[in-house]
Amino acid sequence: MTTVERPPTRRAEEIDNDQHPVGHGRMLRKEDPRFVRGRGRYTDDVRLPGMLHMAILRSPVAHARIVSVDTSAAEAHPGVRAVITGEALAAQGLAWMPTLSNDVQAVLATDKVRFQGQEVACVVADDRYAARDALELIDVEYDILPPVVDARHALDADAPVIRDDLEGKADNHCFDWEAGDAAATDAVFADADVVVSQDVVYPRVHPAPMETCGCVADFDPVEGRLTLWSTSQAPHAHRTLYALVAGLPEHKIRVISPDIGGGFGNKVPIYPGYVCAIVGSLLTGKPVKWMEDRSENLTSTGFARDYIMRGEIAATKDGKILALRTNVLADHGAFNGTAAPVKYPAGFFGVFTGSYDLKAAYCHMTAVYTNKAPGGVAYACSFRITEAVYLVERLVSRLAAELGQDPARLRLANFIRPDQFPYATPTGWVYDSGDYAATLREAMRIAGYDDLRAEQARRRERGELMGIGVSTFTEAVGAGPRKHMDILGLGMADGCDLRVHPTGKAVVRLSVQSQGQGHETTFAQIVGEELGISPDDIDVVHGDTDNTPFGLGTYGSRSTPVSGAAAALVARKVRDKARVIASAMLEVAPDDLEWVKGSFQVAGDPGRSVTIQEIAMRAHGAGDLPEGVEGSLDAQITYNPPNLTYPNGAYICVVDVDPGTAQVRVRRFVAVDDCGTRINPMIIEGQVHGGLADGLGMALMEIIAFDPEGNCLGGSLMDYLIPTALETPDWETGFTVTPSPHHPIGAKGVGESATVGSPAAIVNAVIDALAPYGITGLDMPLTPSRVWEAMQGHPTPPI
Amino acid sequence: MQVTMTVNGTGVTREVEPRLLLVHFLRDDLGLTGTHWGCDTSNCGTCVVWMDDEPVKSCTVLAAMADGHRIRTVEGLAQADGTLDPVQEGFMRCHGLQCGFCTPGMMMTARALLDRTPHPDEAEIRAAISGQICRCTGYATIVRSVQWAADHADGAATAGPPSADAEDLGHAGEARDAVPETTGEERHATAGSTS
Ligand code: FES
Ligand code: FES
Repeated sequence: MTTVERPPTRRAEEIDNDQHPVGHGRMLRKEDPRFVRGRGRYTDDVRLPGMLHMAILRSPVAHARIVSVDTSAAEAHPGVRAVITGEALAAQGLAWMPTLSNDVQAVLATDKVRFQGQEVACVVADDRYAARDALELIDVEYDILPPVVDARHALDADAPVIRDDLEGKADNHCFDWEAGDAAATDAVFADADVVVSQDVVYPRVHPAPMETCGCVADFDPVEGRLTLWSTSQAPHAHRTLYALVAGLPEHKIRVISPDIGGGFGNKVPIYPGYVCAIVGSLLTGKPVKWMEDRSENLTSTGFARDYIMRGEIAATKDGKILALRTNVLADHGAFNGTAAPVKYPAGFFGVFTGSYDLKAAYCHMTAVYTNKAPGGVAYACSFRITEAVYLVERLVSRLAAELGQDPARLRLANFIRPDQFPYATPTGWVYDSGDYAATLREAMRIAGYDDLRAEQARRRERGELMGIGVSTFTEAVGAGPRKHMDILGLGMADGCDLRVHPTGKAVVRLSVQSQGQGHETTFAQIVGEELGISPDDIDVVHGDTDNTPFGLGTYGSRSTPVSGAAAALVARKVRDKARVIASAMLEVAPDDLEWVKGSFQVAGDPGRSVTIQEIAMRAHGAGDLPEGVEGSLDAQITYNPPNLTYPNGAYICVVDVDPGTAQVRVRRFVAVDDCGTRINPMIIEGQVHGGLADGLGMALMEIIAFDPEGNCLGGSLMDYLIPTALETPDWETGFTVTPSPHHPIGAKGVGESATVGSPAAIVNAVIDALAPYGITGLDMPLTPSRVWEAMQGHPTPPI
Repeated sequence: MQVTMTVNGTGVTREVEPRLLLVHFLRDDLGLTGTHWGCDTSNCGTCVVWMDDEPVKSCTVLAAMADGHRIRTVEGLAQADGTLDPVQEGFMRCHGLQCGFCTPGMMMTARALLDRTPHPDEAEIRAAISGQICRCTGYATIVRSVQWAADHADGAATAGPPSADAEDLGHAGEARDAVPETTGEERHATAGSTS
C-alpha cells in the first residue's frame, strides 16, 4: 500500500530529531562532528612510523609491446628504496590478478600495455616527491601497436587482438548475453500498429569521487601479518581476494576502510596499485603508502557505462506499449573489470523493461575488448540499471512524441498496476511492490505539470525553447539472493553483530562500509527503533575486517536492503532473548509479555514492566538466569536476501535552451522517490540530491572520450567537467512510501536511484525543448556545441 | 629552505624543499590533515585554506610563498574552547556534507564569504563556492548550510571538545587574538546559548 506524504517544509528540514530521540526519523548525523572539525580520518591521513611512499609509472600509449624496461637510473636516485617491474612480479607469480568478473588483469604489464594509463612499474621511496622524480628515470621502450578505440570496429576481421595473453584468443570478443524471449518478442512486433526505434549511446563516464583511490600497506614480517588501510567499498571481499592472489593466509590479513571520500562504485574493484603497495611493503619491510593522483584516477580506475544501444518499442496506435527489443554493444575496455554478480555479465540490464506492463521483451548484448581502461560498473549505476532506465525512458518519450501524446500520461496508462505485484517481468525479474502512478502523480503535482505545459506553449509562440522531460524508473537493488548472486564465488549476504553492554548501551558491527552515506547514523537508528534505545547510545563499527562480520560491502544501493535487514533482525534476536530474561524478572510466561518500544510489559498490567536497560544489566548480573539463557544480550546474524528490493521514482525536469548559444539551463528538477520505509529522511534526500547532480553531470557535461590513437581526453578535471554550484538547481524532492513486503522493515535502498533516473529526464527535456527543430534524438553529454550542431541539422556523431 | 608562518595563530618554522606545496606542508609536515587534496589542476577546492584573509587553493601555493603569512585551516575554524563556528554548525544542521571530503574547503570559503557579505543571497553563495566541487551533496544543502550560518551569526554555536590537533596547531588558540583578522571573534564573544 502506498501512502503519499507531503515533503517537509524548509523549516522542518533544519530540525534534528530531538522530538524523536529513538528510532526512525530526521536525525543529525553522528559522524558530522568529526568531519566539520577536519578530524575525519581518510586513507591519506594515515601516517605510520617509517612509512614509505609509492608512485606508479603508467603507459603513455594505448597499445604497445614492451621491448625493455630499464630501472637502473631510478634505483640509483636518492631516497629510492625499491623499483618494481612486471617482470619482478612475474617471478613471484603476481604479474596478473583476477578481476571481479573472472577475467584477469595485469598488475604490472609484462608483455604488452593495453590502455593508456596502464601500470608498468612502480617506485617506493622515502617521500612522495622522490618517488615521482624516480618515475621519470625509468626508461621503457615500447613497440607501438595499432589500438582498438571504437567498439564498433572491435570485431572487424582485421582488428588487432588485444588479449593475446588469453590462450587461443583470436578476436576482441568479451561475451554475448541475452535476456527475454526473442521469438515471442518478434511476434508482438510483427503485429504492432506502431514501432519506433531509437539509437541511444550512453557514453563512458567516471565516478571521480573527490578522494582518489589509495592505500597504506603495512606488512609485519615478524607476525607475518598484513594490515591494509584502503579506499575500499568492500573490505571483506578484498581481504579474501588478497588471500587468493598473494597467497597470504586470510586470518593474517586485516583490511581497514577508514573514512572514505566518496565511492560511487569507483572503490569496489581491486586496483593494481593496492597489490603493488602490498608487494612494496613485503619487499621493504616498511609501511608503504600509495595515493593516486587525479589523472590516474580518471584514466585508469573503474569507468562506467560505455553502452551503444539500439532500442525498439512496439505499441498500439492509441498508446498501449506492447514490447521492447534491444541490441547493445558494450565496451569493456582492455580487461573485463566489471564488478557485478558473476551470473550477470551485463549487470542488471535485464530490467530494461522499466515500470511498464509488457507482453514481451528481448535484449541481445555483445561485449568487446578495446584499448581503454577496464571497469564497467561504477558511478552509482545499480549494476547497469542506469543504462537500462535511460534506454527505456528515452524510447517511451520518443513513442509519446510520435503518437502526439503527453509523455506523462502515456506512462500513467502503461504502468504496472499496484494489484499486479509481485510482478514477473518478461525478462525474469520479480518486482516486489510499488504504486508507480501514485509516484508520478505526486511529481506532477509538485511540478505543477499542466501549468508547465501551458507555459511551454506560450513560450514556444514567442520562440523560446522551454522543455519538460519526464523519466520514471524501477530500480533493482540489494544484491542479492545467494542462489543467483555471488562475486567470485562469495554469496552476496551480509553479517551483523550486536552487543548490548550491561548499562544498555550497544555496539553494532556491520559488514558494509560507508563512503558518505551516513551508516553510523542510519544503522544506529535501525537498531534503536528495534530495541527502543536512543541512536546516540549505539555505536556503529564498520570498515575493519578484524572487527566486523563477513559481508560483501556497500555498492549497488545494497546497504539498507541487505545489511539494514541484518541490523533489524539481529536486534529482534536480542529482543527475543531479552523477553526470556524479562519473563524471569517479572515472573510471568514469556508469551504474557508485550513489547512496548524499549521495555517488556505484562500484558494487561502496564505497571509491571522492565526496560531493555534493566534487562541488559540482569543479563550480565549475578544470580541465576532462566533455563537456556547463557547470559549477555549479544547476537549475531547473516542475512540472505530472499529477493532484490525494487525502489521506484518519477522525475520531471524543466530546461531552457538558449536559442542563440544552445546553452542548456536546468531551471527546475522535481524528484519523487519511493524507497519504501524511510529511516532518516534527511539522509535520503541528501542521497537523492547527490544523485541528481551526478545525473545532470552525465546529461550535460561528463564524458571520457578518446582520440583515434586511444589517448584519453578526459584525464583531468579541466577536461572532465563535473557540475558545480552554478549549473545545479535547487532540487525539489518528494516521496511516496511503498514498503518492501519481504524486507524486515520494508526499506528498499535509495543511494543510486537519482543517478539512475535523472539523465533521461534531462535529455528528454532538452529533446522536448528542441521539438520545433524537428529533433527527436540527441546523445549525451548535451554540451552547447553538441546541441548547437543538432539545431543546425548537423548533429555530432555520438562518441 | 626555511619557511616561517603563522598557522592557526601559532608560529611555525620549518626546513622545506622549495617546491613543496602548501597542501603537503600542512598535511605531511604539520599533520593538519583536515585540509584535503583532490586534483592536479586547481579545479576541486578540497584544499582551500586562508592565506591572510583570503581563501586560497593550497595545492596551488608553495609553502615558500606562504612564508611570512598567516594561514588558517579548518582546524582553526572553531574557537579555542571548541565552540563551533556557525558555518560548522550550519553544515551539520542542514546536511551540507556526506563523505566530508570537500567540506573543510567549502567551510573555509563560506566563512570568508560571510565575513565580507554577512547576508549573501543564494546566487552569491553559489558563486562563492563555484571553484569547488562536491560529488556527494548536489550543492543545495551546502547553500542552505551557509544560509543557516548567516542567519545564526551570533548564536547557536555548539560547545565541543577543543580541536586539539597535531603540534597544537589545531585551534586558533589565544595567539590568534593577536592576529588582526576578521575571523568573527566578536560574534563568538557573544555566542554561548544553543538554539
Ligand atoms: S587539490 Fe584540487 S584544487 Fe587544490
Ligand atoms: S561531501 Fe563528499 S565531496 Fe562533498
